[in-house]
Order: sequence, then C-alpha cells, then structure tokens
Amino acid sequence: MWKWLHPYAKTENAYQLCKTLQPYFWGVAVVALVVGTIWGLAFAPQDYQQGDSFRIIYIHVPSAILSMSTYVAMAVAALVGMVWQWRTAFMAMIAMAPIGAVMTFIALFTGAAWGKPMWGAWWVWDARLTSELILLFLYLGVIALYSAFEDKQQAGKAAGVMALVGVVNVPIIHYSVEWWNTLHQGATISKFDKPSIAPEMLWPLLLNLLGFAAFIAAVTVMRLRNEIVRREIQRPWVVELAQQELGGRNAV
Amino acid sequence: MNALLNGVFKRDLALAYRQKSELVQPLMFLLMVVTLFPLGIGPGPETLQRIGPGVIWIAAILSSLLGMERLFREDFLDGSLEQMMLSGIPLFLAVGVKVLCHWLVSFVPLLLMSPLLAMFLNLTFDMYVALVATLLLGTPLLSLVGAIAVGLTVGLQRGGLLLALLLIPVFIPLLIFATSAVDSAALQLPYRAQLAIIGAMLMLALATAPFAIGYSLKVSQN
Repeated sequence: MWKWLHPYAKTENAYQLCKTLQPYFWGVAVVALVVGTIWGLAFAPQDYQQGDSFRIIYIHVPSAILSMSTYVAMAVAALVGMVWQWRTAFMAMIAMAPIGAVMTFIALFTGAAWGKPMWGAWWVWDARLTSELILLFLYLGVIALYSAFEDKQQAGKAAGVMALVGVVNVPIIHYSVEWWNTLHQGATISKFDKPSIAPEMLWPLLLNLLGFAAFIAAVTVMRLRNEIVRREIQRPWVVELAQQELGGRNAV
Repeated sequence: MNALLNGVFKRDLALAYRQKSELVQPLMFLLMVVTLFPLGIGPGPETLQRIGPGVIWIAAILSSLLGMERLFREDFLDGSLEQMMLSGIPLFLAVGVKVLCHWLVSFVPLLLMSPLLAMFLNLTFDMYVALVATLLLGTPLLSLVGAIAVGLTVGLQRGGLLLALLLIPVFIPLLIFATSAVDSAALQLPYRAQLAIIGAMLMLALATAPFAIGYSLKVSQN
C-alpha cells in the first residue's frame, strides 16, 4: 500500500520531489495570502461587538491552528523515520520545527496584541494561551535537543523521540489547562455544521488558513532541500548539482 | 533472565546505598525550596495553605530533575549500560527495573518526608491525604517520563540543563491535576476524578515509556 512512498527515502528523490512541489506551494501561498489578507483586513464587515480589532483573527487563527498541526506533522515524520528507518523523514521533521515555533510565536504575539484592547491585559493565564505557550516550550525543547548533538543523524532520532513524547502530551496539556482556567472565547470555525461566524467573515479566514498551510509547506520543502544538500555534501549527485548551479565557478 | 534482572535491581540498590550523599542532596534541595516560600511570601497560615500543594509539587518536580541524571549517567560512562544491552535480557525489562530502583531510592524518601512539608505549609489532614495519594501516583510518572529524556541526553556533555528544559513542559499536566486534587480536598470536595486522570497517565507511561527509554538509550549508544 505504501510502496509508492518508498523511493522518497532516497535523499535524491526527496530532493527532486521538493523541487517540483516548491513552486506550487509558493503559488498557492502567495495567492491565498494576498487575497485572504486584503479581503479580511479591508473588505470583510466589522464585528458588531469588537469593531475592527477582530480582524486580527485573519492572522491569529490560522497561525494558532497550524502551529498545532505542524507539531503533529513533525511527530508523524518522526514516527515514519523510526518505523521505516528513513533519514529523510528526520530531516523533514527538523525542517518543520523552527517554522512551527515561529507560527506558535505569531499566534501568541497576535493574541497578546488583541488581548490588550479586548481583555485589558497583554497576557492572561487563560487556557488556550497557556497551552500555546507550552507548545512553544515543546518546540524549543525539540530544537534545543537537536542542536545539542554533533552527529545530526543521532540528533534527528533523539529529537524525534522528544517530538513523539510531546505529541502524546499536547492533548493532555490542552485539556488540563482547559479545566484549569478558561477565559478565551470558544472556537469559532471548528463547528462546521453551524459556525458562529458570518460567511463573509469566514471565507477570507479559510483562504488565509490555506495560505498559511501552503506557506508552511513551501518553507518546509525549501529547508528540507537545504538540509539534504548540507547532509549529503559528499554524494556525487550533490556535487554534480552544485557544479550545474554554479556553472563550473568555484566548484566543490 | 530473572537472575539477570535481579542482579540489575540489587546492583542499582547497592550503588544508591553507597552514594548516599547523591540521594540526600535532592531531598535537602526540596526542603530548602519549600522553606524559601514562607520566607518570600510571608508566613500567614492561610496563604501558605493556599499555595502549599503547588509549592510542594513544584519543589518535588525540580528536585527530581536534579537527581534524574544518575538514572543512566554513570552506567553509560563506565560502559555497564552497553553490557546490559548486550546481555540478552529485553531492554524494556531492564530499564523498567532501573526505573523502579530510581523511584524507590529517590521518591520513597520524598514520601517519607512529606508530613514535614505538609506541616511547614500548614496543610490540613484531608489535604495531606490527597497530597500523598497524588505523590504515590504521580512520582512513578516522573521517573518513567524522566527516564526517556535522560536516555536521550545521557551521551551529551552538558545534558543537565537541557534535561530540565525538555521535561518541565511535559510535567505540566501532572502538576495541574495533582494540585487541583489537593485543592479539592481542601474544600472537602471529591478528588477521585483527578486521581483517576493521574492514574491513567501513569498507566499510559507504564505501557509505553519502557520501550521509548530503550529506544532512546540505543540512540545515545549509537
């Protein structure tokens, strides 16, 4: 069933796949982000209660949702790496880690900027804020563990274990802080049958969600390409690649 | 196989017994951290009772982080961990035994010291009972999950601080549920639900952590 996937364990094939996918991801990201953001920030109707400051959800919600999805994607990559012993999977995992951490930071930052006028405080110990902060700590832990090792192959495996431990913990953390304290408004778009958001506000949000996802994917494949080249620098195909790119100038 | 596991168990206990200072130091640290709170916050009995459960649990987690490294560190450095891996006993059983030893020598003394801590922070008897229940269920979880991170960092030169950075976020749910149980006990409310959740987390860790520890040790051994 998964046989079609196996050739991509070879770094050369994974590199080529990234190269093919990259322009599509960038295309979707640019179009969706430009249209979604302009639509959301300039044309979507005002909120009757929060006025214009609700518009931050067009950045805040996609980054918050995708910060968690990126963590799950990292854990899936780590699991794939462990089960099938793929080095490329660990490389993909570590390519995603800093992007996810930045998404988490964006979600926290925009949340704080929104919380100041709405709740009257930059930071409150609300359940979702807290679990997002802990998610940031988990990301930083994985990155710190990865960078602590000299041998990057070993580092990938170790960081993978930590990503899996974290992903088991993410739902536990989420519900524990939920019971612990809640001030945050309820989810607006997860209830798809009857979302508590007007459609003309919802569409730009969904567009931005798509745009953020494509943006993360695009940066991930770029970072993965870099990682593959850095790791496989002695391989003949990388040497050849470098010679092609540089056209014989200061060849490796 | 049983003889080998028995040997691992006895060896770990004997080693712990002969390095008493390493065992006593985290406990002294715990006691001192708990002492700092009344000094820093003020000795009002009601305040202390309010913050007591959280203080004891935070101090327990911090002190456990200090002593955690000795789980595998020396065995890794002198090569006996490698021998244990080559000995043919399933690795998850061997590390399970080592984690059990770690719990016995570092958390049972903590449990014995808990009446003193409860007295310092003016906990009522009901709160103390809840505290002991959460410690009994929660500290094995600290050992099990901590051992995964120790396994990962054991080969690093300066793994100590990194270990704390990896583990503190993971221990947050335990802290929340444990302190919430003791708080409920203070209000004479039932706290079985919190205990049940801690118990469930312990079962999950018991089922999966030994394999994760084994894998992480293999990664470190390379």
